[in-house]
Amino acid sequence: MELKGTVPTARYAELEISLKRYGIEIIDNPKSILVQKIKDAIVEMTYLQETLPISNNLAYLADKLNKTYHNLAETFVEITSISIQSYLIYQRIERTKQEIIEGKLNITQIAWKLKYSSVAHLSNEFKKITGLTPTGFQRIMKTRKKTELNH
Amino acid sequence: MYYDPLHILLADDDDDDRLFFKEAIEEVKVKTVVAMVNDGVELMEYLYRLDIHLPDLLFLDLNMPRKSGMECLQEIRSSNRFKDLVIAIYSTSGLEKDIEETFVRGANIYIKKPNDFEVLKTLLSKVVTINWRYHTLDFNKENFLLYVQ
Repeated sequence: MELKGTVPTARYAELEISLKRYGIEIIDNPKSILVQKIKDAIVEMTYLQETLPISNNLAYLADKLNKTYHNLAETFVEITSISIQSYLIYQRIERTKQEIIEGKLNITQIAWKLKYSSVAHLSNEFKKITGLTPTGFQRIMKTRKKTELNH
Repeated sequence: MYYDPLHILLADDDDDDRLFFKEAIEEVKVKTVVAMVNDGVELMEYLYRLDIHLPDLLFLDLNMPRKSGMECLQEIRSSNRFKDLVIAIYSTSGLEKDIEETFVRGANIYIKKPNDFEVLKTLLSKVVTINWRYHTLDFNKENFLLYVQ
């Protein structure tokens, strides 16, 4: 979003406070804006049906955002303290968790949907990041839900 | 971007464990502010105080006198006041059923207390760093589960 003209500092501060009440944060430095664009592109990628395997994702991002991959990688790590690769993995795990909780697909289908090379690949990555197996995670979340409903 | 320090609270009745924890946390690269309580009753009193900065991350020992970690966990998860509090169970028990039960009751993290100080430093570093990432990257806290040993 762009503002039409320059805003006096006091009014800008008021705007910031008002937006914060709705959980909206103003990001106005160019690097942070770029990082947000990278994150949005990554989220879009994990939800896209035609997601590329991880090795091509970096080229995809550079192409989509019209910057060199080096530029993107450097800025991202500076602002967030993690690499784009790591963020990609975290996003994919988050997506896997959502699918598991939703319960409509089995693990094989989820692995296919999220473009893992195999179920083993999904399980290994999941266990590496969370310490739990996808089945263990599913069992816990199901039991949690059942326990919550009984209260 | 400037991030606030991570506010950590440890609830543990063992003097040695509290000391090891403090020393280990000091070596973690993330900026932290650490507070400690000695048992479950003190913990709940502390959490309901209005003059403190609510912790972002609570390390909760299961075996405490006066009020157990499990009781505290249930109480904390039944209150809306603590919906953003990430809870890490910090326990000597390695039984799978204990671990799963704590996750079911709303714990986010389970750490099996190591005997080795170096291992403790590594585990705490991992937990604090991952938690800090979830905190700053805005991932879903309800689905945040982590088991480290």
